[in-house]
Amino acid sequence: MASSSKINAKIPEGTLEEKWTKYRSTVHLVNPANKRSLEIIVVGSGLAGSSAAASLAEMGYKVKVFCFQDSPRRAHSIAAQGGINAAKNYQNDGDSVYRLFYDTIKGGDYRAREANVHRLAEVSSSIIDQCVAQGVPFAREYGGTLSNRSFGGTQVQRTFYAAGQTGQQLLLGAYSALQRQIGMGAVQLLARHEMMEVVKIDGKARGIIARDLVTGKLERHFGHAVLLCTGGYGNVFYLSTNAMGCNVTAAWKAHKNGAFFGNPCYTQIHPTCIPVSGDHQSKLTLMSESLRNDGRIWTSKKQDDTRKPNDIPEEERDYFLERRYPAFGNLVPRDVASRAAKERCDAGFGSGASKMAVYLDFTANTERYGKIEATKHNLHSPNKQEIIQLGKAVIKEKYGNLFDMYKQITGEDPYEVPMRIYPAVHYTMGGLWVDYNLMTTVPGLFALGEANFSDHGANRLGASALMQGLADGYFVIPYTIGDYLSEEIRTKVIPTDNEAFVVAEAKVQDHINKLMNIKGTKSVDYFHKRLGKIMWDKCGMARNKEGLLWAISEIKSLRQEFWSNVRVPGDANEFNSELEKASRVSDFLELGELMCIDALDRNESCGGHFREEYQTEEGEALRDDKKYAYVAAWEYKNESDYKLHKEELKYENIKIAQRSYK
Amino acid sequence: MSQGNMNLTLKVWKQKNKNEKGRFETFDAKGISPDMSFLEMFDVVNEHLISSGKEPIAFDHDCREGICGMCSMYINGRPHGPKQGVTTCQLHMRSFKDGDTIVVEPWRSAAFPVIKDLAVDRSSFDRIMASGGFVSINTGNAKDANNILIPKYDADDAFNAAACIGCGACVAACKNSSAMLFVSAKVSQLALLPQGKIEKRDRVLNMVKQMDEEGFGNCTNTGACEAECPKSISLENIARMNREYLKASLT
Amino acid sequence: MSEKSFFLSSSIGKKISMGLTGLFLISFLIVHVSVNSCIFINDGGITFNAAAHFMATNPLIRLIEIGLFAGLILHIIFALLLTLENKKARPIGYEKINGSANSNWYSRSMGILGSLLLIFLVVHLAHFWIDTKIAVFTGKADKHNTFNEMKEVFSNWYIVALYLIGVGSLLFHILHGFQSAFQTLGLNHKKYTPIIKKIGLWFSIIVCLLFASMPVAIFTELIK
Repeated sequence: MASSSKINAKIPEGTLEEKWTKYRSTVHLVNPANKRSLEIIVVGSGLAGSSAAASLAEMGYKVKVFCFQDSPRRAHSIAAQGGINAAKNYQNDGDSVYRLFYDTIKGGDYRAREANVHRLAEVSSSIIDQCVAQGVPFAREYGGTLSNRSFGGTQVQRTFYAAGQTGQQLLLGAYSALQRQIGMGAVQLLARHEMMEVVKIDGKARGIIARDLVTGKLERHFGHAVLLCTGGYGNVFYLSTNAMGCNVTAAWKAHKNGAFFGNPCYTQIHPTCIPVSGDHQSKLTLMSESLRNDGRIWTSKKQDDTRKPNDIPEEERDYFLERRYPAFGNLVPRDVASRAAKERCDAGFGSGASKMAVYLDFTANTERYGKIEATKHNLHSPNKQEIIQLGKAVIKEKYGNLFDMYKQITGEDPYEVPMRIYPAVHYTMGGLWVDYNLMTTVPGLFALGEANFSDHGANRLGASALMQGLADGYFVIPYTIGDYLSEEIRTKVIPTDNEAFVVAEAKVQDHINKLMNIKGTKSVDYFHKRLGKIMWDKCGMARNKEGLLWAISEIKSLRQEFWSNVRVPGDANEFNSELEKASRVSDFLELGELMCIDALDRNESCGGHFREEYQTEEGEALRDDKKYAYVAAWEYKNESDYKLHKEELKYENIKIAQRSYK
Repeated sequence: MSQGNMNLTLKVWKQKNKNEKGRFETFDAKGISPDMSFLEMFDVVNEHLISSGKEPIAFDHDCREGICGMCSMYINGRPHGPKQGVTTCQLHMRSFKDGDTIVVEPWRSAAFPVIKDLAVDRSSFDRIMASGGFVSINTGNAKDANNILIPKYDADDAFNAAACIGCGACVAACKNSSAMLFVSAKVSQLALLPQGKIEKRDRVLNMVKQMDEEGFGNCTNTGACEAECPKSISLENIARMNREYLKASLT
Repeated sequence: MSEKSFFLSSSIGKKISMGLTGLFLISFLIVHVSVNSCIFINDGGITFNAAAHFMATNPLIRLIEIGLFAGLILHIIFALLLTLENKKARPIGYEKINGSANSNWYSRSMGILGSLLLIFLVVHLAHFWIDTKIAVFTGKADKHNTFNEMKEVFSNWYIVALYLIGVGSLLFHILHGFQSAFQTLGLNHKKYTPIIKKIGLWFSIIVCLLFASMPVAIFTELIK
C-alpha cells in the first residue's frame, strides 16, 4: 500500500530518536521583528489552545483567541480528572521515553504514527516541568517530590495528578499563562464567540468568520495562520462525558473547506461512567480511570441476579477483568475494559434497574489500606471496623471528590455500596488529518489537541489526552508553525473587506437564516437525541456492516427531517442558545454519516473501533494489518460524498503484534 | 424513571438583554423526576416552551459535572441552591419537594451585568486574573520539576485554594458583592508556592487594584462566600491576601 | 508593573483601617467597663467617683481620649465609605435572600447595629460625658459626682431600657467585630482562630453583661 499523493505527512528523515531534535534545529525560523507583524488566530481555549496562544504570544506573534464559553478557563479540558503521563521515571520503575512511546503505540492498537508518538513521549517530561514552574499544584510526597500513580495500559507509574482535578489544574495553569499575555496586550481574547467558517484566500487559510454569541453579530477576523484547538466530537452521540457545548463545528467547517478528516470512526468509550438514569439525562459523568487503581470490577456469576451487591458472597462474584486479563487485571486499556463490561451486561450479568451496569468495588483495597494505616499508627490487633474506618480515610483522601460526586448524582453512598458503572462515550481519537507540523491539508490551517487525529491511533491511553494537548500547544506548534510562517513574512495583513471574507460571511448568514426560517415543530434536542441513539446503537461500542448501512440511511433521512422541521425560537441577532445548538447539530448530522462510512470501510477491529465481524474466538479485536495499517483521511467532495485517501503507517521501530494484556 | 411525578412552579428572572429592564415570570415545571439535575429540569421546561412556540429561558451551563464553573443560578435565595458543596448542575431535584415554588435569579453584581435572563457577564474575573494571577514564566524556561521541593502541606493548601472554579457564587452570596474569596484563592495558591513567591508583592497589589476597579464590594467577613462556595474555598485565603496586601503596602 | 495604589483608597486598606480602629475602640471598652465596675463595690460611689475623677483629669488619658474620638470618627467614616461602595456594587438586589443559610444575622447587620450604637452613644455622651467636660473646664471637677448623676439618669425605666438596647447592639456588634478584625488583619490560623473566636464571644458577653447590669442594678436599687 502506498500513501495517497494528496497527503504528505512530512515526517523528518533520520532515526526515530533523532527526528524531532534534528527537525527543531533545522526548521525555518521567523525573526522577532517579523513575528510582530504576523497574526495568528487560535480557536478554542482548552489545554491545546491556551498553551499554544500563550506560547506563541510569548514568542512575539500577535494572537487572537476565540472561545464559545464565557471565559477561556471553562474549556472542557477542565473536566479531565485522572492525570497526565510523562516519561520522568521518578519512580525508578524502568520508565523511559521509549516505553511511553511503545505503550502509546500499543495502546493505540498500532494505528498511530510512530514519529508523532515518539515526539510526544520526548516532550512529555518538559510539560511537567513547565506546569510545575507555572504553579500547578500537583500531588506531592512528604519529602516534597512529585507523586505518581498508575493508569490503564501501562505497567509503570508515570501519571502525575492533582487529586481528581488534574485537567482543571493544568488548564488553569495554561489559562493563567494566557491571561498574562492578554494583560500585556499580546493576545486579544474574544470569549462568547463561535467560529462559523474558515476564510480561504488563494488556497490558504486567512481568517475566520465568528459569531458574537451575545449580540448575534457576525465578525470577520484575519490571521496569517488559523489554529483549531476545538476539541473532540463525542457529542455526536448526544450522551457523552463531553460538556454540553462541545461541538465539531470548527473542525467540520474546516473539513468542508478542504481539510481532510482522519479516522472519524475511532471513538473512545470510557469504561467507568455513571450509568444512565432516565430519558431526561443530558450528559454522562465520568468516574476517573484512576479509580481502577483501587477498585475491582465485577458482576454476579448469576444471570439476572436481583440481590443487592453487598448480599452477593465473594465466591459468587466474577471479577471478569482479572479473570480475562491476569497481567493487567483491572488496569487494561479503556477499549478492552469497556467491551468486557458490555459483553457481561449483554449476556445478562449486569446490575441495576436497566441491567446495564457492573460494580466497581473498593472494599478489598479499603481493607488493605486500613491494615497499612493500622500498622503505621501502631494499632495492634485492630478489629475489622477500625480497619475499615482507617481505610475509608485513605480512600477519601485519594478520591474524595469523585465519591462525593457519585453520591450526589446517584443518591448512593459508594463508601458503603459498590459503585455502579457503565461505559460511555468519552473521547474521539479521530479528527482533522494533520502532518508532522500539525498542519491540515489546507495550508495555514492547523489542528491541535483532540481536534486532530494524530497521536492516539485507534485508542487513547488514560492520562494521555492532557499530555497531547499541552505537547501540541507548548512544545510542538511554537516550532512547527515557523515552517509555514517563515514563508509568510511578506504577506501583509489582508483587509477583511476582501471578497473572500464577504463571501464567507454571506455563507454563514445564509446558513443562519435557513435555520431560523424553518420554523418547524421539533426542538433541536429532539433531533440530537435521535442522532445520538442511532450512533450509539450502530456506531458505538460494537459495529457491524448491516447496522452501519442502516445508520447511514437513517442519518440521511434524519438530516432531511431536521432541515424541514426543526424549530429555532427567538432572534438571530441576540443571545440564542437554541440557534447555537441548531448550528452545531446540523454539523453533527453530517459528521455522523462520515463516521459510519469510515467504520464501514474499515473491515477490521482495532482499538475503539470494534467490528463484530472481526474478532478472535475469545472476543478480542482482530486487526488486519495487511489491509488496514493506514490512516483514513477523508476528503469532502459534496454532501454524502467523501473520498478516501490513505496514509500508510510504517512501523520501523516497533514490531507490530497482536495486542495482549493477558 | 424518565418521567417523574414532581410538579413545581418556577419564578424566573427574564431579561432580554443587557440594556432592557427585566422582570420575573412564572413557569410550570411538570413531570419532573427527582433524579434530574436542576439544569435538566430547566431543559424540560425549555423543551416545553419551545414546543408551545415560546422562547426558552437562557442560562449558562457547560460541563454539567461541577467543574467548569459556568452554571450560575441564584436559587431560593442561595447561589447554586440549597445544597452545600455543589454547583447548580449537580443539584438534583430530590433536594426539592413536589409543589415547591422555586425563585431563580441571576448572580447580582455591578461587576456581573446580566446578558440575558439568568446569564451574566463574568469577564471581570478574567481581567483580575490578567492583572496578576500567574507566574511570569515563558514556555521553555522551566527546570526539572523535582528540583523544586514543596512541603506536602503547602502543596495541599495551594491545591485547595486552586480548586476554585471561578463561578462567582462567592460574589453572588456576599451581601456586598465582594470578590475577595475568588481573588484571594489565586493570591494564596501562588503565595504558598515557591514558584509564585517571587512576584507575590506585585501580584497582590495589582489584583486587588483590578478587583476594586471592576466595582466589586468590600469584605465584611460574614463568611457567606465560604459557606456557599461549591468547592469550599476557605476564608483563610482572604486573611492571607489581607496579610500579603498589608505586607506589600508597607514595604 | 503598575503604579502602587494608595493604601487607604483600596478596599483592603479601608477594611484594615476599620479593623484597627475597631480593635482600638474595643480596647477602650475594657477601660470603661473596669472603671464603671467600681460601682459594684457598693460603697456609695466613693471608689467609682475617684476612678472617674482620675479618668476625667489625667493628662495622658485626655490625650488618649482625643485619639479615641479620632478613632471613632474614622471608624464611622470608613464604615460610611464602605457601605456606599457596597451598595453600589449591587445596584439590583435579589427578590429572595436566604441569608441565614450561610451567615449570622448580626454579621450582616453591622451597619444597623453600628447606627444604633451611634444613636445610643450620642444619648450616653449627653448624659455623662458633656456634664463631666463642663465640670472639668469650669474647674469644678472635684465637686462633680458622676455616681449621683448615674443614679439620677437610671431612675427612669425608659432610659434603662434604652441603655439595654444600646448594650445589646454593642454585644452583637463586637461579637462579629472582634473576630472579624483579626481576619481582616490577616490573622487567621487553624489553631488560633477558634481561640480568637472564643475570646471574642466571652469578651462580648462579659463586657456587655457588666454594662447592662449597671443601669439595672441602679434602677432596682441593688446599688445605692
